[in-house]
Amino acid sequence: MIQISNVSKSYGTFDVLKDCSTTVSKGEVIVVCGPSGSGKSTLIKCVNGLEPFQSGEIIVNGISVGDPKTNLSKLRARVGMVFQNFELFPHMSITDNLAIAQMKVLGRSRDEAVDKGLKLLDRVGLKAHAHKFPGQLSGGQQQRVAIARALAMDPICMLFDEPTSALDPEMVNEVLDVMTELAQEGMTMMCVTHEMGFARRVANRVIFMDHGRIVEDDAKEAFFANPRSERAQQFLAKILHH
Amino acid sequence: MNYQWNWHVFLQPTASGDDVYLGWMLSGLQMTVMLSLSAWVIALLLGALMGVLRTVPNKLLSGLATAYVELFRNIPLLVQLFIWYFVLPELLPEAIGNAFKQSNPVFQQFLAAMVCLGLFTSARVAEQVRSGINSLPRGQKNAGLALGLTLPQTYRFVMLPMAFRLIVPPLTSEFLNIFKNSAVCSTIGLLELAAQGRQLVDYTAQPYESFIAVTVAYVAINVIVMTLMKKMEDKVRVPGYMGGK
Amino acid sequence: MYEFDWSSIPGALPFLWDGMKISLEITLLSVVVGIVWGTLLAMMRLSSIKPLSLFAAGYVNLFRAVPLVMVLLWFFLIVPKFIEQLFNLPPGTDLRLTSAMIGFALFESAYYSEIIRAGIQSVPKGQMAACQALGMNYTQSMRLVILPQAFRNMIPLLLTQAIILFQDTSLVYVSALADFFGAAYKVGDRDGRLVEMLLFAGAVYFVLCFAASTLVKRLQKKYHPA
Repeated sequence: MIQISNVSKSYGTFDVLKDCSTTVSKGEVIVVCGPSGSGKSTLIKCVNGLEPFQSGEIIVNGISVGDPKTNLSKLRARVGMVFQNFELFPHMSITDNLAIAQMKVLGRSRDEAVDKGLKLLDRVGLKAHAHKFPGQLSGGQQQRVAIARALAMDPICMLFDEPTSALDPEMVNEVLDVMTELAQEGMTMMCVTHEMGFARRVANRVIFMDHGRIVEDDAKEAFFANPRSERAQQFLAKILHH
Repeated sequence: MNYQWNWHVFLQPTASGDDVYLGWMLSGLQMTVMLSLSAWVIALLLGALMGVLRTVPNKLLSGLATAYVELFRNIPLLVQLFIWYFVLPELLPEAIGNAFKQSNPVFQQFLAAMVCLGLFTSARVAEQVRSGINSLPRGQKNAGLALGLTLPQTYRFVMLPMAFRLIVPPLTSEFLNIFKNSAVCSTIGLLELAAQGRQLVDYTAQPYESFIAVTVAYVAINVIVMTLMKKMEDKVRVPGYMGGK
Repeated sequence: MYEFDWSSIPGALPFLWDGMKISLEITLLSVVVGIVWGTLLAMMRLSSIKPLSLFAAGYVNLFRAVPLVMVLLWFFLIVPKFIEQLFNLPPGTDLRLTSAMIGFALFESAYYSEIIRAGIQSVPKGQMAACQALGMNYTQSMRLVILPQAFRNMIPLLLTQAIILFQDTSLVYVSALADFFGAAYKVGDRDGRLVEMLLFAGAVYFVLCFAASTLVKRLQKKYHPA
């Protein structure tokens, strides 16, 4: 589904990503973790072309992301993304947030779009808030709406960029529950996150990044039981103390 | 001090007999309002365009927009006005230039004034729009793009609606500035409010009353515009955003 | 196609330079008065003595609501006569330049006072509390602690306003004063080369103002790398 081959990216003289390669198969759930500045957010933003990269190749569902001829807009319609700061559109109601891309990108009628949006809203448990505005919802609620907004496009895979990092601790679980359900239903997911509990429960593989490189890429059991690199060991030791 | 106050002068017939002095003032006021509103429309449309262009990734477009803004910001309004009124008709193709110079003088003055004021203000509006767009959280653009919206669609549905709400206060300032700057157009003979004020001083013997009246008119315009813009600001306020109501 | 003839310019340069000197004089005077009087106005506006703050608010709001052209006409047509009568000066005394400069300075002070007021208010409230806790009185606190900080924050805005002021000086045209623009117009009118002189004036203003604002931006980057 997603093939990342030898991707490198730099900002001027600073190398953000160094020769990263991995694959994500259909139905797989991959967790990407690592210390701040390791490039994990950048890597995931390269997958849907929000960040350009200088060398290497990324193929999503057979389409090359870096190819100048690729219609990025069409590609992004098929790849869902959830952001750390939710990024709901504050001037639109929840319903409109859910409907706008369906109408403008997929060409669905307003009725169709609203209908689908409300169904998904119900699925994440927020149907009662459909007419409200993002500013009136809590962080956890906004993030769940953001997930619904991405799902409304019927994506083939979902990218999560630290979806719970900006949430108060008490709201993290409501979002993780939605993500867990999604994984159990077979959605292909690539998640950048610090939530190791979630990774343990739901991930198939764990990727550990450090200083722009993919240092570890293991099945989850192997990663947690016996990380090969010293850096990953240090990281796990610190983070699992929560 | 021997000054005879006479507020009734406004109701006295003018030297040409066709109106009372108050009528002169009102016609000046009307001219000011018409000029300012039409220039404001030009300023908003062009300014929004240029402001957006200053933020797009295409270097050529953003460079052109920057040049546009710098040109209109670094030359005094009066100089720009004179250039539009005196210079441009000479530089246009003969047919158009002559047609302009032979048309109704008031039309010439109004057109030059409207274009000048509109373009001058559009550069300032462009700066406000640019700063509004730049003050949006960066993730908003990414969120729009991630959903598959094209860049123009993202500007139209996601960024501009919020940017415009953010810049209502500084835009109000620019709107008020247009009314004030319209007074500069009296220098090419346009009979707007300031020019009529001067006429009143010359023709009536009551300079103080004339000036006070014109001052009051400008203050009134100020108050009305600010009230209207405040109402608009309240109306488009996004619920729950920026800790507002 | 219009036949450009720039020959008027070289001969007129001394006259144009005299005009430029007047423009710069008015600018400089107004900036100085603007900052001094503007600071006083800002402090009056922020003070708790009601009459002072009302006066300052009224002054600032009035001058900001009316066009500069009007203020200049007011000071050109009305004020000289008024002063003549008040001080019983011989009629025909040429108060035009003085009057225009005064009007200009009073007008721009209103704008300066708003910048300064914002600057004062941008200094954290804790600073004043700290001064008072140390036993300083109001004047000392303002002079030694608040105003210096406020001004440092405001310098780019004060400079930008000075550039705007320089452009505004062209409006003394309505007082028939020969500032740079007035001089350029006179030459153009006299020689029948108005097109060239206007374009020349525009180019000069552009170069000066663009250079000045670029300098201000550079200064800003240097002192506020944020």
